[in-house]
Amino acid sequence: MGLLSDPVRRRALARLVLRLNAPLCVLSYVAGITWFLALAFPPLTQRTYMSENAMGSTMVEEQFVGGDRARGFARDFAAHRRKSGALPVAWLERTMQSVGLEVYTQSFSRQLPFPDETHERYMVSGTNVYGILRAPRAASTESLVLTVPCSSDSTNNQAVGLLLALAAHFRGQIYWAKDIIFLVTEHDLLGTEAWLEAYHDVNVTGIQSSPLQGRAGAIQAAVALELSSDVVTSLDVAVEGLNGQLPNLDLLNLFQTFCQKGGLLCTLQGKLQSQDWTSLDGPLQGLQTLLLMVLRQASGRPHGPHGLFLRYRVEALTLRGINSFRQYKYDLVAVGKTLEGMFRKLNHLLERLHQSFFLYLLPALSRFVSIGLYMPAAGFLLLVLGLKALELWMQLHEAGVGLEETGGGSGPSALHPPAQGVGLTSLVAPLLISQAMGVALYILPVLGQHVATQHFPVAEAEAVVLTLLAIYAAGLALPHSTHWVVSPQAPDRGWMALKLVALIYLALQLGCIALTNFSLGFLLAATMVPTAAVTKPHGPRYVLVSPHLSQCLCLHHRARPHSISLSPTWCLYSYHGAYTDVVPPSRPLYAALLVLTSPAATLLGSLFLWRELQEAPLSLAEGWQLFLTALAQGVLEHYTYGALLFPLLALGLYPCWLLFWNVLFWK
Amino acid sequence: MPAVHGGERRWEAEAAPGMAAARPLALLVLLVLGPGGWGFADPPRDSLREELVITPLPSGDVAATFQFRTRWDSELQREGVSHYRLFPKALGQLISKYSLRELHLSFTQGFWRTRYWGPPFLQAPSDTDHYFLRYAVLPREVVCTENLTPWKKLLPCSSKAGLSVLLKADRLFHTSYHSQAVHIRPVCRNAHCTSISWELRQTLSVVFDAFITGQGKKDWSLFRMFSRTLTEPCPLASESRVYVDITSYNQDNETLEVNPLPTTTYQDVILGTRKTYAVYDLHDTAIINNSRNLNLQLKWKKPPENEAPPVPFLHAQRYVSGYGLQKGELSTLLYNTHPYRAFPVLLLDTVPWYLRLYVHTLTITSKGKENKPSYIHYQPAQDRLQPHLLEMLIQLPANSVTKVSIQFERALLKWTEYTPDPNHGFYVSPSVLSALVPSMVAAKPVDWEESPLFNSLFPVSDGSNYFVRLYTEPLLVNLPTPDFSMPYNVICLTCTVVAVCYGSFYNLLTRTFRIEEPSTGGLAKRLANLIRRARGVPPL
Repeated sequence: MGLLSDPVRRRALARLVLRLNAPLCVLSYVAGITWFLALAFPPLTQRTYMSENAMGSTMVEEQFVGGDRARGFARDFAAHRRKSGALPVAWLERTMQSVGLEVYTQSFSRQLPFPDETHERYMVSGTNVYGILRAPRAASTESLVLTVPCSSDSTNNQAVGLLLALAAHFRGQIYWAKDIIFLVTEHDLLGTEAWLEAYHDVNVTGIQSSPLQGRAGAIQAAVALELSSDVVTSLDVAVEGLNGQLPNLDLLNLFQTFCQKGGLLCTLQGKLQSQDWTSLDGPLQGLQTLLLMVLRQASGRPHGPHGLFLRYRVEALTLRGINSFRQYKYDLVAVGKTLEGMFRKLNHLLERLHQSFFLYLLPALSRFVSIGLYMPAAGFLLLVLGLKALELWMQLHEAGVGLEETGGGSGPSALHPPAQGVGLTSLVAPLLISQAMGVALYILPVLGQHVATQHFPVAEAEAVVLTLLAIYAAGLALPHSTHWVVSPQAPDRGWMALKLVALIYLALQLGCIALTNFSLGFLLAATMVPTAAVTKPHGPRYVLVSPHLSQCLCLHHRARPHSISLSPTWCLYSYHGAYTDVVPPSRPLYAALLVLTSPAATLLGSLFLWRELQEAPLSLAEGWQLFLTALAQGVLEHYTYGALLFPLLALGLYPCWLLFWNVLFWK
Repeated sequence: MPAVHGGERRWEAEAAPGMAAARPLALLVLLVLGPGGWGFADPPRDSLREELVITPLPSGDVAATFQFRTRWDSELQREGVSHYRLFPKALGQLISKYSLRELHLSFTQGFWRTRYWGPPFLQAPSDTDHYFLRYAVLPREVVCTENLTPWKKLLPCSSKAGLSVLLKADRLFHTSYHSQAVHIRPVCRNAHCTSISWELRQTLSVVFDAFITGQGKKDWSLFRMFSRTLTEPCPLASESRVYVDITSYNQDNETLEVNPLPTTTYQDVILGTRKTYAVYDLHDTAIINNSRNLNLQLKWKKPPENEAPPVPFLHAQRYVSGYGLQKGELSTLLYNTHPYRAFPVLLLDTVPWYLRLYVHTLTITSKGKENKPSYIHYQPAQDRLQPHLLEMLIQLPANSVTKVSIQFERALLKWTEYTPDPNHGFYVSPSVLSALVPSMVAAKPVDWEESPLFNSLFPVSDGSNYFVRLYTEPLLVNLPTPDFSMPYNVICLTCTVVAVCYGSFYNLLTRTFRIEEPSTGGLAKRLANLIRRARGVPPL
């Protein structure tokens, strides 16, 4: 601290920061991105290992043989389902009773804020059926859940069959120390949400449901199962839950252990696991998987029914049976044995799963990156904002003092005169107006859907999305509405102060987001930080680069999957190189760049990247269509499950981004 | 004691405060009279009755209830007794030394599911007064063989003869419910209660899971349940009987068949319904002598269909609602399924101090309306000293569900107060419900000494009601728990570093630094300058 309290050294340091600011910023950004891309490589990824003692050493012997029984149940279930056109509640009740469970039902209804066009539902009412296997050795203080979601399209029959066969098998065993709840939900996640809220007797999302008659204590872990065929070629596991929450890594380790034991083929993000981590192939494939996970986690959607359990601190994951064109197939017995093994091990648990990591990224099933190793990537990106803010702060001081101390540094009397000169009052209007735009973006689309449908020939869902886009675009007119308040005396000081506030606001928001949902924070930081750092009303003095960038984007778009991991670095190089080009100021170009890195554009870009990584590239029109759907789903998920992405973008990042837009058009 | 609660031990004793003062006096009397030795004129009369009741439960499971009752016509606390015959000495000394009024101790594994199994068979006496009562529950204790062995040793015949040969540990603990208990209480010797006798009841109830043991069939036999058969009565027992509940629920006598055929049957009103029991007296030589052993068997002629079992008039459910580690809510649902009669229920809750109850949030609603309890007693908790005690008398309307809920905040414990497995959660003991439930059939008052043991545990004051005491399930509540592993240390260290840095940075940001001209120097310099001035030389 002596370094900073000595005025002479302090001035020198300040001068250093000012002079080297631009290179430092670039360096920091490049370091952040490089660090992130390096996460898939061995020194940063570690092998997963089982931390929980109770599940570690002892092996269990799986005895499940009810494959035929499962298929029989599945056939009957499918037949009854076809006959009744909905979940055959009575049949399920009867069957669960006959295998010896305590059976209860729960009815629920929910009116969505606007019609959900992808699932074709609006007024939803359904019934969940669940049976409880009472453990003989405990007093119903703890339980495990096996859940199968059933949606209106008749899939997942085999999962219900397997669930019933497993229930029958489990009922005959005497070693259970935790009750097991077998839950079949209607309307997939809506049913799960209704059941979970009723089980915990809370009302988070305004769903109406009947109270539960039977409970089984604190739920320790849950597994959701989705199977659509009698045989599977592989099991895919989904871990990303609501708002990017993840289950404890031990649960995934448990699944992986039994996959290996049973010789099952297991995939993560639909990608096969590379065994070879010594050469470059493994890490490169890992990077693809990692990017897919980051994109999925950033979306904040529950990627399966397990995602909703995580809110209640129930460790959960979803297993999906995939039936592709591979030769070797596994039948229901193999899947059933995996589940049996997992449940028996979970039955051993003495404490809640807490030993292993809760915050991690997965380049492969057997490899993980812990929070301590991936956080620096976001840290480097946010450092850019900090450095830029520091520079602005010093420049503001310098400008306030005048030219008495050229070369920077906060002079002796620097603090007092600029305080009035910064003109904080001039910032109130832009801040308030942009925040109001955010509130409008959050409230108006859903509130005004009926007005919109009356006046325009659109459906409700379309109306919501179009209003959303309209308000978003209307925000771009904001600078013109705030011009009247700007004081003409110190034009430079005005925008600098505004940018300073915007930078700090953005850094705080991104910091908080990165702590709770790293993927979202990192994605937003990677796109928003560079343009936020260089925004200036006159256009940047040495600029950017739209030819380079657009070229880079094109390359990116055309790139083959295996070269994708390289293309962002390439982007950076061109960006870095462009920094030295001296281009005359051009505001429109710069505005275009800012628009390209706005939150909505990030979403659109992420969609393209997502499909690219899945090796199913999108055309522009498809992408746009997917974008509109994603917007509607995002809003809907906020209202139905309490996903936070929509309010976060509308109330936090969009207003912040508008501030930078305001800076750009400052007169 | 009705052992209706989950895997736990309960200790309940009643000691009158006045007795403590009387004890030195009694000791004195004993010392004076002891050497005289004329207190042993006629040895006190004691007797043992043993009994096993087998009840098929509405859900299809089978409950077996053993009762061993030793009655001793001796005033243990007044007379100096040193000779014990049937009554275990260990317990007798306990009574005389600590002036025990009454003691109920039970060990239970599993949970009595009232909704499916009907009201519990063994119940506590209705005359307990909570004012003098000491009541404690240990919900996380497990019960195992080592608890059963000493319990068996208290029996006069141990496990050598009589009904106790069936008590084989590996079978008894493979059940869905196991509860063993010891009840000691004084009983009046005559109508005016001028002298008392001591009664010791050792009870053991188990519920066999018919689904697992019978592969889906509901037939049972003694051998299938206990892997033993009865061979002889306990020679010390004055009465040794097996009762089998053969009440048929659907007025069709042809549904079940007991083998061997009972010599007598017994009919009575138990828990508000009329029941028929087949009686097998082990002292009846005809029963044992036929085949040297008695293996009772019950077969269903036509398998009972899977219909919903009749729901008892009173049952309850308790759970923790809410999520997160800051707040929560304890909710108890009380079901009164009687079609037209309301009845009151006494609800007793003890909640550990680390759940800080917000008493103003206590709400009781039935049928959507607020239900005002006619009596509330609340004793707030003291940190680390005593738990919350909440007792209420609530009227349950006919055919209704009453919800009693109270919010709480989870306290942070001191870091040494956490158990070794803090992430398991902390137990909250079950709440106790006591109620007089309306009967279906009016019961006649019975003579205690003559009627079977299972009938005399729950005296009815008038025939239109019967007493029920229920225990809800224990709860597991997670408290905010620090991570006691490596990351915890890391967090502590990082926070310290951040705190130190924060102080310095704050200092830097809030201070202005000025460059000051160097001062004129110390005393020596000033002196030197003075001398220099005097000498006419320029100062330093």
